[in-house]
Amino acid sequence: MYAVRQWSVRHAGGLNAFYHRFEAVLTTLHPLWKLLGYRRLERPVAAIEKSVKGLLFDCRMCGQCILSSTGMSCPMNCPKNLRNGPCGGVRADGHCEVLPEMKCVWAQAIAGSERMPGGADALSKVQVAIDRRLQGRSSWLRVARERAGDSG
Amino acid sequence: MNFEDEPVPGYPLPILPGHTSPGRFERVLRAGQFAVTSELAPPDSADPEDVYRRSRIFHGYVDAINATDGSGANCHMSSLAVCALLTRVGYAPVMQISCRDKNPIAIQGDILGGAALGVCNILCLTGDGVQAGDHPQALPVFDLDSISLLTTARTLRDEHRFLSGRKLTYAPRVLLGAAENPFTPPLQWRAQRLAKKVAAGAQFIQTQYCYDVPRLKLFMRQVEDLGLLDKVFILVGVGPLRSAKAAEWMRTHVPGLHIPDQVIERMAGAADGAREGRNLCIDLVQEIRAVPGVSGIHLMAYRQEDSVAEIIDRSGVLGGRVPWYPGRDPELNTNRKAS
Repeated sequence: MYAVRQWSVRHAGGLNAFYHRFEAVLTTLHPLWKLLGYRRLERPVAAIEKSVKGLLFDCRMCGQCILSSTGMSCPMNCPKNLRNGPCGGVRADGHCEVLPEMKCVWAQAIAGSERMPGGADALSKVQVAIDRRLQGRSSWLRVARERAGDSG
Repeated sequence: MNFEDEPVPGYPLPILPGHTSPGRFERVLRAGQFAVTSELAPPDSADPEDVYRRSRIFHGYVDAINATDGSGANCHMSSLAVCALLTRVGYAPVMQISCRDKNPIAIQGDILGGAALGVCNILCLTGDGVQAGDHPQALPVFDLDSISLLTTARTLRDEHRFLSGRKLTYAPRVLLGAAENPFTPPLQWRAQRLAKKVAAGAQFIQTQYCYDVPRLKLFMRQVEDLGLLDKVFILVGVGPLRSAKAAEWMRTHVPGLHIPDQVIERMAGAADGAREGRNLCIDLVQEIRAVPGVSGIHLMAYRQEDSVAEIIDRSGVLGGRVPWYPGRDPELNTNRKAS
């Protein structure tokens, strides 16, 4: 929902701090996820992730979440799926060239980043091209597994 | 201006130390000349003569010709095909690649194909949304964005491999460019975005139309503060306005185009709008040339291409230099062919 999405950007600092604690817990629990089976967990966890992040960020479940690098403004809401910054078509009022009623996702990302420690550095990181195979999959499980050093 | 090793059409120049392409455009930039580029609107036609007719008006006035890739999300002859026609007779095209219509398989194939056909310069763009053009029902691909396209092209060129890791037997020797718009929000982050493009591999930049030189100066100072001026050549976009009414329409309807009120007022006060548009453009070119760190101009005279010669002549921006064009040096070409 657009209004909630705006709220999330305004509270990017708090959400980011919460997420980092959450990620640490997920990573610590890696042996448990492994025991239960990552494949078996994929569908239910992805469903929970979709409902939580869908509410907060209008998450599109790209499966390779970079919200921590984009000021808690989901780049997949950009009509061009830009993952590296705003395009040159941003309107003078800071709204999107394709969807004029929507604020530019990247203008929001920059505002959100200013509320996060290290946010500006995270923004300048060059993001690689999107992997369409991960669409609909859980970022949480993937990150937990990667952080725990398990390549799968 | 001649380089000692100027080629016959279709022959690449030797790649000098520190250069990445065998192209004339990179030579001009690295020689410290103030460069002039323009863009060719690809025809809605399958006739090569339509491309050559449009290129001839640039003879002796531009160092490189951009071939647009479905600009405004409208369908035209492909940029790869326009470039192939242009390199056949020796022009130095800048092949524009947009991420809107092609996935990485098609894009990487086009980079190799373009380089094989003699393309030495590639401009990496995200592209306009499909909603902007005449085929809004088409799928917007956007697997890559301008920055991941830059890293992709650089991977092909410098690491001699596809994104998949599969090796190339011969890498594309190209100069990589990108666009930037210093005139639209978020203004405070535009220089940072340029830094990101340079980090991703951009060696030259062509900007959106500039009608606001004070804002350009501010942007260039930020670029300098980030230490980018010796890493990238910046060509500033310019173009003649046709009338006050057209200018007003453009700034309302073209996203990302910033035209200050004073410019509209100056146009409105003139008896002959088109003439005033050219005069304004000449004034802008001269002001922009004096801005520290600017390496050239990119003259976009959409549907006023015949004004390019007048603007470049009267602004004196080439300083007497005559960029190469097919047929400029007939005796040189004949000698080269014979040897």
